[in-house]
Amino acid sequence: MTNKKTPPLSIENVSVAYHRKPVLRNITYQSPEGECVGIIGPNGAGKSTLIKAALGLLPLAGGKVSIYGKPYSQQRKCVGYVPQRESVDWDFPTNALDVVLMGLYGQLGWFRRPKSEHKDRALEALRKVGMESFAKRQISQLSGGQQQRVFLARALAQEAQVYFMDEPFVGVDAATEKAIVQVLHELKEQKKTVFVVHHDLQTVSEYFDSVMLLNLRLIASGATREVFTADNLQKTYGGRLAILPQTNELLSTK
Amino acid sequence: MLELFRDANALWVLAGTTLLGISSGVLGSFAFLRKRGLMGDVLAHSALPGICLAFLFTGSKNPLWLLIGATLTGLLASLFLSWITRFSKIKEDTALGLVLSTFFGFGIVLLTQIQHSDFGNQAGLDKFLFGQSASLVGTDVVMMGSIAFILILLVSLFFKELKLLCFDANYGKSLGFPMVGLDFFLMLLLVVAVVIGLQAAGVVLMASLLITPAATARYWTERLDHMIIISACIGALSGLVGTILSSVATKLSTGPLIVLAVTILFFISMFCAPKRGLIAKWLRLIQTRQKVRQEQIYQAWNQLGTQTTTLTALSEQSNLSPAQIRRWLNQKKRGGQVVEGSPDTFTLSSTSWKEASDTALLGLYMEMWHMYEDIETDCSIQDIEQLSDLPESLRAQLQYYLQKHISEEDQAKTYHSMKKVGIEL
Repeated sequence: MTNKKTPPLSIENVSVAYHRKPVLRNITYQSPEGECVGIIGPNGAGKSTLIKAALGLLPLAGGKVSIYGKPYSQQRKCVGYVPQRESVDWDFPTNALDVVLMGLYGQLGWFRRPKSEHKDRALEALRKVGMESFAKRQISQLSGGQQQRVFLARALAQEAQVYFMDEPFVGVDAATEKAIVQVLHELKEQKKTVFVVHHDLQTVSEYFDSVMLLNLRLIASGATREVFTADNLQKTYGGRLAILPQTNELLSTK
Repeated sequence: MLELFRDANALWVLAGTTLLGISSGVLGSFAFLRKRGLMGDVLAHSALPGICLAFLFTGSKNPLWLLIGATLTGLLASLFLSWITRFSKIKEDTALGLVLSTFFGFGIVLLTQIQHSDFGNQAGLDKFLFGQSASLVGTDVVMMGSIAFILILLVSLFFKELKLLCFDANYGKSLGFPMVGLDFFLMLLLVVAVVIGLQAAGVVLMASLLITPAATARYWTERLDHMIIISACIGALSGLVGTILSSVATKLSTGPLIVLAVTILFFISMFCAPKRGLIAKWLRLIQTRQKVRQEQIYQAWNQLGTQTTTLTALSEQSNLSPAQIRRWLNQKKRGGQVVEGSPDTFTLSSTSWKEASDTALLGLYMEMWHMYEDIETDCSIQDIEQLSDLPESLRAQLQYYLQKHISEEDQAKTYHSMKKVGIEL
């Protein structure tokens, strides 16, 4: 599965359109392996769209996405997904453990129910995000940050090789932020590749080895040290950058 | 009422309505969770033209043909619905209204056509409008039973997948499950569940049988499998009660009585359910308010620093009105935690005095917890009710921050309150 020569994610000339209006134009990108990649850009830049397109959740208007050299449909077992927390109704009659178990449904396949070994794996995933003691808690009783950690644990339970996380840091408490950062480190140690849609420019250099700067098209991509520069940010955010606080301090100084 | 159990015909009706309650309770749970509450209404109304067309084509009232016709137009309506919402700017509520009334209108046109034509009144298709459970005969019930059995079997087979569909369809798609197909499959099951109930309940009332048992069951549980079972039981119970009532009080038709029965169960649940019910919620609100009031008074008392104090002093210190404090004191007096000495002078018992200082300390700790985000702990802030809920390591950290905080700002005031709660600096 992990052929060293083929990149974990390869995007060739991908465009995505909603109702004729293009949302992503001609994105071409080859990702490094075993790194934590930040997908950075202003609101409406198509960050979430890009990962949804990579996951095959949206039809492509053109181009090709491959995971380790093969189309996504053949590589599902090595891809984990953390959707935005707001994408579901948390007042659903189920508990945290049950949600994490959903991460194993793909491996279980049709009709098979999770057994105790699967429950152990789900509990282990919950432990990694510091949520073990909340396993039996009804999901609407969890705080926003805890819900985010449940989603993270669900993806961890998939034991994937490549992860896509849609804004995991948005609106979470400090404990959750810390837990997510720790998980990102662990995944990197295991040579897994993680793509994170991210909003907060202040933490980019700290969290990510490399970045994709996106605004409808790919502005720049590569190692954070080299690519996360004032010049590139100016291109990505345009005039909007002026209102961002302390911009200069955030940027990597070569 | 005993008459009912001797009459074979009535027993068939009873079995039929019970089965109907079970199948619509089970499928309704998924419609409810998929936020398709009105779907049952659309499917029921759009089944009418199907029933009429099936009759016109086959010329028979064989329930199987009618069922197939109703299923086909029901599915067609649900397809129109998803097309309208996907390809136009029209929102779902408008689309529901459009599809429902168009199909129903067409159904009524066909129905009048049938009634005025040669096969005339004996067609009896109008019973599908309002339902006529009394017309259920053995073969109908056997068919309802077998279809309900198949529906429940399919739901239990696809339980895991349907749960994924209702909770997080996009994630399911990323796992490789064909979610669009599953959604259509659920729709098909729903259509069938609606159609087998039409003869007994009618198109107008069917929606309520589908959605009310599920909404009722949701009040009693936080688990999907339990919710489905409870919903099926509520459906069955309403079917039974409605049918029995209509046989006792003659001239009342069964369908509406079933709907009334399930609605009564819904209202009982809405008010009385243990956790989600309105009364439970209201009691919790009162309790929280009382707890907050008690905390305010304890903190004020603690700040005053004496076990015996006056009503006026407490009122000034806590910013609560004397009447509010008086009410609390009277309550505590009854419990023996407060003793009134000379008028308007009160003494707190030793246990309560300790409790007051614990409350004040916890208040300070919580303030620190909110202030310093990098406190390391496994427990969550909303779970802490009293001082003893704080684990030792957490308490040590909070105390450290509290001391640090005091040395930094607001020295005098916080120092004062710390000395009261017995922290040595």
